[in-house]
Amino acid sequence: MDTAATIKKTPLAEEHVKLGARMVDFAGWWMPVQYKGLREEHDNVRNKVGLFDVSHMGEIRFRGPKALETLQWLTTNDVSKLNENEAHYSLLPNECGGLVDDIIVYCLKKNEDYLVCVNASNADKDFAWMVKNNKGADITNESAYWGQIAIQGPKALALCDKVFGFKASEMKSFAVHRFDYQGHKAIFATTGYTGERGGEVFIEAPGAAGLWRDLLAQGHEFGVQPIGLGARDTLRTEYKMSLYGHEIDDTTNPYEAKLGWAVKPTAKDFIGKIPMLKVKEDGLKKELIGFKMLDKGIPRQGYSLFSFDNKEIGKVTSGTHSPTLDEPIGIAYISSELAAEGTEFAVDIRGRKVKAKVCKTPFITK
Amino acid sequence: MAFHIPEELYYTKEHEWAQVDENIVTVGITEFAQEQLGEIVYVELPEEGQKVTQGQTFGVVESVKAASDLYSPVSGTVIEINAGLNDDPSVLNDDPMNEGWFIRIEMDTEKELANLMRAPDYKKLVQA
Repeated sequence: MDTAATIKKTPLAEEHVKLGARMVDFAGWWMPVQYKGLREEHDNVRNKVGLFDVSHMGEIRFRGPKALETLQWLTTNDVSKLNENEAHYSLLPNECGGLVDDIIVYCLKKNEDYLVCVNASNADKDFAWMVKNNKGADITNESAYWGQIAIQGPKALALCDKVFGFKASEMKSFAVHRFDYQGHKAIFATTGYTGERGGEVFIEAPGAAGLWRDLLAQGHEFGVQPIGLGARDTLRTEYKMSLYGHEIDDTTNPYEAKLGWAVKPTAKDFIGKIPMLKVKEDGLKKELIGFKMLDKGIPRQGYSLFSFDNKEIGKVTSGTHSPTLDEPIGIAYISSELAAEGTEFAVDIRGRKVKAKVCKTPFITK
Repeated sequence: MAFHIPEELYYTKEHEWAQVDENIVTVGITEFAQEQLGEIVYVELPEEGQKVTQGQTFGVVESVKAASDLYSPVSGTVIEINAGLNDDPSVLNDDPMNEGWFIRIEMDTEKELANLMRAPDYKKLVQA
């Protein structure tokens, strides 16, 4: 393969091959799309616990006396509210009020030391953007330094308690705990991308494979399985969690994306604040909603939505056959006047107009 | 992985198989294709009587992950569809080479069969 020379591998690549994963190129990374099968893996996370290699995610460190000020300017959420060992979801806006990325900010020391986790496909772009708009922080791209493993599912924290040697199960959501694992620095946080309980752990890259093997071996009693990118996508879709390149991109307004809760305009100024707020003040033209099909067909990204008088009213951002519900589900931007729950419309599925209905999200509840 | 690739069938590079019985061609997807697709949850078949063209799409299979087009191995008229697939597409995963057939086509000309692969070439394709 021509790409073999350039494709990036995580510290866990060999583990995936040993586990029989089917590997694919994902955003320039050689990643497992599935091991045993998408549905089995999906169900394993909903019912027991799954491990995900998320080492492809980027990590960018902000240090020094200007770290907080810089992050306040670069991101939409209020970083001053984070105390040491707390994290929050946030957005990286551009000058037009669109989104460079969505991120998680971890406070390692208030005012002066933060880690920012970014999407793999955006890591280089984000780093360049942060450096360009720096307000005096010491910014380092630590992406190659860290491996990252997500542990997700109802049994995830029990497994973490057993392997890590501290009470992960007693941590609040979006809490951070730093520790050493077999001599390697590690940062655990109760975050995730599946809607299940659990967490994600950063570990120095040379320690990642050992931790992965230990989690699998010691997780036997909890029914742990490795989970590929295929199930990662269906799991996050069932909870209507945004994925960059699907629900959000350079042109997305966070209020339209229903991410306004991560924007704190009264607390501070940030890049693109004025155009971002103007969209909201003018009244939202479109909104991100979840929908289900009333007739047969599976919605997919890019399919158009139509009103029954045949006007184009939106676009599908993500769609799949939900393994949990065993029916098709979709996420779409739709004209605001049609965004109310219960509104019916049509999805153009390869030229066929198929009836659908705005529904409550997340698609599943615990 | 060893896939069952019967000698008597024809194959497309998009992983359909074609079984030729005089001028009637039965079409399905190969074991390799079903393995790659994963669990198939939905199929979209043509109507009986519909014209199909060699190398053009005649239907769709969808796994949880994605929609994939089906390509017709020959040109002709659809004379029969496997309607049971609409209700139970899992047959495609369990038995793609027999029970999971999609359509039967009355082919326009046998000459087009020369454009298809035979088992040894198809074997090379999936093992590459």
